[in-house]
Amino acid sequence: MAIFKSGVIFEGVDTQAANAWRLAAYEARGGYAALKKILQGAMPQDEVIAEVKNSGLRGRGGAGFPTGLKWSFMPRAFQGDKYVVCNTDEGEPGTFKDRDILRFNPHALIEGMIIGGYAMGCRAGYNYIHGEIFEAYEQFEEALDEARAAGYLGSNILGSGFNFELYAAHGYGAYICGEETALLESLEGKKGQPRFKPPFPASFGLYGKPTTINNTESFASVPFIIRDGAQKFLEAGKPNNGGTKLFSVSGHVNRPGNYEIPLGTPFSELLEMAGGMRDGKKLKAVIPGGSSAPVLPGDVMMGLTMDYDSISKAGSMLGSGAVIVMNEDVCMVRALERLAYFYHEESCGQCTPCREGTGWLYKVIHRIANGQGRPGDLELLDSVGNNMAGRTICALADAAVFPVRSFTKHFRNEFEYLIEHGKPLVNHKWC
Amino acid sequence: MLEIEIDGKKLTAPQGSTVMEAAHSIGTYIPHFCYHKKLSIAANCRMCLVEVEKAPKPLPACATPVTDGMKVHTHSSMAKTAQAGVMEFLLINHPLDCPICDQGGECQLQDIAVGYGKGESRYQEEKRSVPGKDMGPLVSAEEMSRCIHCTRCVRFTEEIGGFQEIGMANRGEFSEILPFLGKTVTSEISGNVIDLCPVGALTSKPFRYSTRSWELSRRKSVAPHDGLGANLIVQVKQNTVMRVLPLENEAINECWLSDRDRFSYEGLNSERRLKNPKIKFDGKWHDTDWETALNYVVKGLNGVSADHGKDAVGFLVGARSTTEELYLAQKLARAFGVANIDYRLGRSDFSADALRQGGEWLGLPVAELSALDALLVVGSTLRSEQPLIAARLRQAARKRLKLSVVHVADDELLMNVYGKLVAAPQNLAAALAQVLKALVEIKGGDTAIDLASVEVSAEAGQIAQSLADGEKGAVVLGALAQQLPNYASVYAVAQEIARVSGGRFGVLSDAANSAGAEAVGALPKDGGANAAEMFATPRKAYFLMNTEPEFDAYDAAGAVAALKQAQTVIALTMFDSEGLADYADVLLPIAPFSETAGSFVNMEGRLQSFNGVVKPLGETRPAWKVLRVLGNLLQLDGFGFNSAEDVRAELLAAGSIESRLNNALSEARADVSTKAATVRVGEVPMFAVDAICRNAPSLQATEHAAAPVALMSADLYASLGEPADVLVAQGGAEVRMGARVDAGLAAGCVRVAAASQDTLALGGRFDAIEIKRG
Repeated sequence: MAIFKSGVIFEGVDTQAANAWRLAAYEARGGYAALKKILQGAMPQDEVIAEVKNSGLRGRGGAGFPTGLKWSFMPRAFQGDKYVVCNTDEGEPGTFKDRDILRFNPHALIEGMIIGGYAMGCRAGYNYIHGEIFEAYEQFEEALDEARAAGYLGSNILGSGFNFELYAAHGYGAYICGEETALLESLEGKKGQPRFKPPFPASFGLYGKPTTINNTESFASVPFIIRDGAQKFLEAGKPNNGGTKLFSVSGHVNRPGNYEIPLGTPFSELLEMAGGMRDGKKLKAVIPGGSSAPVLPGDVMMGLTMDYDSISKAGSMLGSGAVIVMNEDVCMVRALERLAYFYHEESCGQCTPCREGTGWLYKVIHRIANGQGRPGDLELLDSVGNNMAGRTICALADAAVFPVRSFTKHFRNEFEYLIEHGKPLVNHKWC
Repeated sequence: MLEIEIDGKKLTAPQGSTVMEAAHSIGTYIPHFCYHKKLSIAANCRMCLVEVEKAPKPLPACATPVTDGMKVHTHSSMAKTAQAGVMEFLLINHPLDCPICDQGGECQLQDIAVGYGKGESRYQEEKRSVPGKDMGPLVSAEEMSRCIHCTRCVRFTEEIGGFQEIGMANRGEFSEILPFLGKTVTSEISGNVIDLCPVGALTSKPFRYSTRSWELSRRKSVAPHDGLGANLIVQVKQNTVMRVLPLENEAINECWLSDRDRFSYEGLNSERRLKNPKIKFDGKWHDTDWETALNYVVKGLNGVSADHGKDAVGFLVGARSTTEELYLAQKLARAFGVANIDYRLGRSDFSADALRQGGEWLGLPVAELSALDALLVVGSTLRSEQPLIAARLRQAARKRLKLSVVHVADDELLMNVYGKLVAAPQNLAAALAQVLKALVEIKGGDTAIDLASVEVSAEAGQIAQSLADGEKGAVVLGALAQQLPNYASVYAVAQEIARVSGGRFGVLSDAANSAGAEAVGALPKDGGANAAEMFATPRKAYFLMNTEPEFDAYDAAGAVAALKQAQTVIALTMFDSEGLADYADVLLPIAPFSETAGSFVNMEGRLQSFNGVVKPLGETRPAWKVLRVLGNLLQLDGFGFNSAEDVRAELLAAGSIESRLNNALSEARADVSTKAATVRVGEVPMFAVDAICRNAPSLQATEHAAAPVALMSADLYASLGEPADVLVAQGGAEVRMGARVDAGLAAGCVRVAAASQDTLALGGRFDAIEIKRG
């Protein structure tokens, strides 16, 4: 898959060119100008944070928390090490945008992290990279070497007296390590399990030090904001939803891939960009923000715009921007069974409701999907889900429950039919 | 203080405390599994979810800090729904095999399920099954399907034990609690995970399937091994000790027990217990009755003293006897006119005896160890000698305590060690002298010890600085130090360090009643021979109480030789041991701590009394009764006691325990020169400290009780060409044993364990030794 539409991050990136990711190409596109603007023009830390705040950049990892506000939580007066950490542990089914940032424009991320480090007074940063994209990890290491050699990393960067080092670390394929405190545990060399909060990472993060964790896309958006100004970024999207956003479109479309488009673009336009439905089939359902976002029926989606507020109003989440498109040949019971299996497999096992509940949900759905459903199973799923959601340390249990609730709500007839007749209403066709 | 409200009750709670702690302070119970007051907060079981007003979701009481004005509901509909939901999840994969589970009747899951669970399960799917694990001979992990993943055991090994020997592998429903692959659990305090496990996943292997918990009665007692005096709950069924659990005492053992204290009870039920008196004649042993046996003893004692004088009789007593027994033994000896009595069989240097002002003890309360700023531990194989003191210091060293060690080896203490000096046994005083010299320079004090030849290393300077800086400091001597041939010098220098730094000074009393033996005077005074002299100049008669000198004496071979030449060896003993059978001629069965009333004085000078928890086995009698009758048969005055309490009252009437303990020497003199030599480091293995441990099968099955190998310092090992086995020789006896390197051991040393069947032929524990390739 590739990048099919470019916004603030991919503007001018020729994804077909073998060296587009290299430092020289990045600098030719105006890369590291933002860093120079800050360090050589001596832009104060507060101003950098204010600029990011004004841009309306919201966290691109899924929660949509305003990035500038998060940066301002870092204790300014704290003496000692502070860290900036990038979360490239992109494990959500349907999401593949951060991988492409590493593949095609890694220096945007590096520059964004250096700026973040400068703004928050950190001397070191880490990028934690998903274990399954090892080539991207290796290439990122090479990009880091380029940045070091060019003097963008290390001591006295660009003669400013600012020191910053950036390290890459790769995970081993645990979805839970995308949860920021599990990521920190894993980065420290421990088993990746979420920490109980409070304390939050801003006061007790990596190695117990104040830490800010942002998504890859968030960091990679920062150079644009500093170079071209918050206003221009904001204008690229819509109010409270600043900038363009990467959408990973997958499923039954003609041209799956990443689309970096202004927030607020109608879903119908995105679907069109993606070449429309494959084989002219009818749109049945869409998961608009990665596998843990509630599914929405196709007709509902066609009336929505792709931004945090609009999707949220319709009862789902923009999440990481992973748009999973399903056509009329999808058996929604089978689809949910696959998702439930994923959460059953990926629960860290720490909290009782999630450890036991994800397995229970999967086993019941698996039974229904195989014609062994029983009356009362849907109520049971609902009740088990209620006992899981909001009862655990992290949100994985909630993420496991959302699809169950939304699939059984919007497509209840398919579940009921299967339970009653022992065979599916829709004969599922794997693509 | 913050004002909060729990279930409508108003209370104040300190800033930083949790809802769980606040609830406990007013007696409100919140169900929980993973929470434990001594462990870090995991907040993973989710059983303690409660409603907090203004919070949208139920919050875990164990991890939620109290805030001013907080209103908590532990029984609201939100709280109850959440708790019932978690309970259901905990049970869906639990095997519910309570009828055959050892935890049945004392299971937190069972108890809480009664209050928060439903009568039947909605879970109709297949249950998870988890393969059992091998955690060694003490902890059973056979039924891991019962595990509820609370991770208490994991946190215990890491936080209290100092090393995460148990972990949770895999994810989600496939998570499993297990030790390192191919390893077992070897911590000296591993048994505590059995108490911590809220279900029947980790259970006691020796106790497994032996009885149901509700058939046991609980009796209080005191641990009879190390000088800590851990408080015990001994569980008894049909006059048999079935199990030992900790009795919580924050000032002593907190809520923990060492494996030695927990599992040694098997020795009490050993087949090798002596059940009736025995006399040897014509080279054969014959069972007899008490009257015959006691008359034999009286005749023997009277005969030897008539023929050879009272000085031909020696009394050797074990320091794991009760205070009352030790008091009566010394009273009997002295009333009979024998000045030769000693409890210190394991020692070799008695040269400071004349300078002593009172009995040795820790010099401060055990609990105060936790509040020290600086501590210097000298000559202690700490984790083996004092497992729970080590655990206590581990906690303290995480906070403010700067813990330093001067020892013969750089052993892994599994805790933060601030400074360390490693020196061969004969050079330990010299190493300490470095610290003293540095301290004198820092503090500008002065000392009577000649330090001219001492060169101060950087490390010694650092240790001295920590002692000088600490507001509360202390220097303590371990069991290893106490056995050294230059103990008096080590003692004097250590005491000077404490004096100059303004800190406390004491010894980590080795045995359960070492301090008691000191207090009642079970050691020679007025010209009597000490333990070493009694063996070096053999006596015609030996009176042994609760000791097996081949295991307990400093020089095993020398002790046995002396005993073998005696006309009579009278042994008051719990066990019919091979050694006693060889050199003794009369065996009198005496009761262990579990079968008699008595008391132990722990290292901090605390007298802890206890009652027998079961009746004496067979014809066994409490030693105090045996001594009373002997006193009467020997026609001595003052043996008309009716109970152990009578004995205690008499010994305490002469002065409190406290008034008899004093570590001061009348003058400080020490030899701080260094010598090069090949020296044995003959420590007593953790589970060989006394006859009860030595007869406890499960302890003896652990790797701590494996056959000894020669652990050689790197220089020795290399000089012999890294042999697989060696011949070690002392005093003409040679023993062949496996050899390995011990990289942390001081140069020129070889660890050859004492108190082992395999090394009985060897001599002094810390004397010169020869090693050669076999």
